[in-house]
Amino acid sequence: MKNNSRLPNLRNLGVALRILIIANLALILGAFMLSDSISSFMYQLTGISTFAQPILLLSLFLLYGGYHALSKLSYRHAIIAIFVLVALSAAAIHALFAQLWIFSEQPSLTRMVIYAWIISALALYYFNLHHRAYSPAVTEARLQALQARIRPHFLFNSLNAVLSLIRDQPKQAETALEDMADLFRVLMAENRELVPIAQEIALCRQYLALEKLRLDERLRVDWLIDNVPPDILIPPLLLQPLIENAVYHGIEPSASGGVITIQIYTKQNEVHLLLKNPCTTQAKHHNGNNMALKNIKERLTLHFDLEASLKSKQLGDTYEVHITLPSQQKTYA
Amino acid sequence: MLNPTNLNILIADDEAPARNRLRTLLGDIPNTQVLAEAKNGKELLEIFNQAPDSQAAANIVLLDIRMPEMDGIETAQHLQKLPQPPAIIFTTAYDNYAIQAFDISAVDYLLKPIRLERLQTALQKARVLLPSQLETLTPLSPKRTHLSINERGRILLVPISDIIYLRAELKYITVRTAEREYLIEESLSHLELEFSHIFTRLHRNCLAANAYILGYEKRHQDEHAEKQWVALLKHVPETISVSRRQQHLIRQTTL
Repeated sequence: MKNNSRLPNLRNLGVALRILIIANLALILGAFMLSDSISSFMYQLTGISTFAQPILLLSLFLLYGGYHALSKLSYRHAIIAIFVLVALSAAAIHALFAQLWIFSEQPSLTRMVIYAWIISALALYYFNLHHRAYSPAVTEARLQALQARIRPHFLFNSLNAVLSLIRDQPKQAETALEDMADLFRVLMAENRELVPIAQEIALCRQYLALEKLRLDERLRVDWLIDNVPPDILIPPLLLQPLIENAVYHGIEPSASGGVITIQIYTKQNEVHLLLKNPCTTQAKHHNGNNMALKNIKERLTLHFDLEASLKSKQLGDTYEVHITLPSQQKTYA
Repeated sequence: MLNPTNLNILIADDEAPARNRLRTLLGDIPNTQVLAEAKNGKELLEIFNQAPDSQAAANIVLLDIRMPEMDGIETAQHLQKLPQPPAIIFTTAYDNYAIQAFDISAVDYLLKPIRLERLQTALQKARVLLPSQLETLTPLSPKRTHLSINERGRILLVPISDIIYLRAELKYITVRTAEREYLIEESLSHLELEFSHIFTRLHRNCLAANAYILGYEKRHQDEHAEKQWVALLKHVPETISVSRRQQHLIRQTTL
């Protein structure tokens, strides 16, 4: 979902969370300015929060609902619209409290609106800065730099394996070279846009076919793909580097090999990718592994902000990587 | 320099295609002969042990570096225990550290995919590794999986995980496993450093494997002496006295 306007994506969990944090920090700061002791600070904070939190939540709700319309406006108009929405929700809460509650000292509506506007301005200023720091150009450049790189070890070993086939099994050698061509086409591509998950899975299968050539029965793979729509969008080369790690750290150090389990499923609005491989406690060259994981984590953040996550852990002699990302499908707009 | 008219070669590589490729190339080089193939270092050493005659015959080993069970560098270290060690040519697909070490120590190596001409040249100048060359390679495989002993022309491998304790005695070190004892010529302090995660020094001259220490007991060593702490070990009746200096270990385990 490319958003070219400078408006933050108000339907993004991370954006909503940041607004909440900024607003509450401002509230705490306000209460701190108005008080001279801890007890009066707590009193002020509760006082302010009683009004501010409902306004904040209502505004977030309105902004969520109005995001579609807002994103069609120019940035200037959108900001005016946001200020109007915030003022409206302040007025609504003020009216509600005046009706239901018998507040001896309800602050004036003007004060509440101005306060809400100050917080909105702070949040918008923050998002404007954030936008500049992570502008599409910058993001693009960072994605380029994070371009997944295959291990040279794999390239040369695969070439060696293909060479061994040429004389006796030319057909198999052909297939292997075709797989390699496809793999390197993706690896060297400049395009860092999201791709359908089916494409990534096909690529991983080709990669595994090449590894199978070298490792033969030592490499066993279990694909558990559970009713996943093939056009769900994921960052390219999300899975392949993880499988490469699993082969390098989990299969190659063992004489008898092992099983790599790749599980893909959707749950509510999320796609889950779960990868398991055996790990020998003795082989601890985790440096390369961490590099790949960090790389993927950063790419997920650039694409999905806080809505995606990558967790890895070691359970006995199994190593597990679990990726969660929002399920987005291709929109033909 | 080996006699170039008759080269008997052993191949060790964990990947079947890599072994096939080498065999094909060697088929193109006259006066060479592949005696056997191994899937890892351990298998290679077994080939040497099973047919002690072939050992005189096998004069060159093509040894892959990255192999499961036992890597190429460690295998080379054990091979040196043979009365007539073979010449070693390492093979590797990509390993920056290894290549640097090879260049520094002038060890023979081939980069995969291997070219016929390069293989020919390497075979012609193949030499037995010098101790100084081996020393340069040791950091590439810092923790051995086995200790080795030469016994009547064979290499006996003792898995590190089988060792209950190591005791220094004059010139040698006694290696104790559940079955028997071996004598090796190494330095106890080097072994302590190399396997610090496996053994604990209980005494000036003794390292015991953490996994085999059952517990500690205070005992009379003889009638007159005062009571002393000893470590009780799995599988063997003998105990190891704990020096006064190491008694903090007992407090750590009992707490």
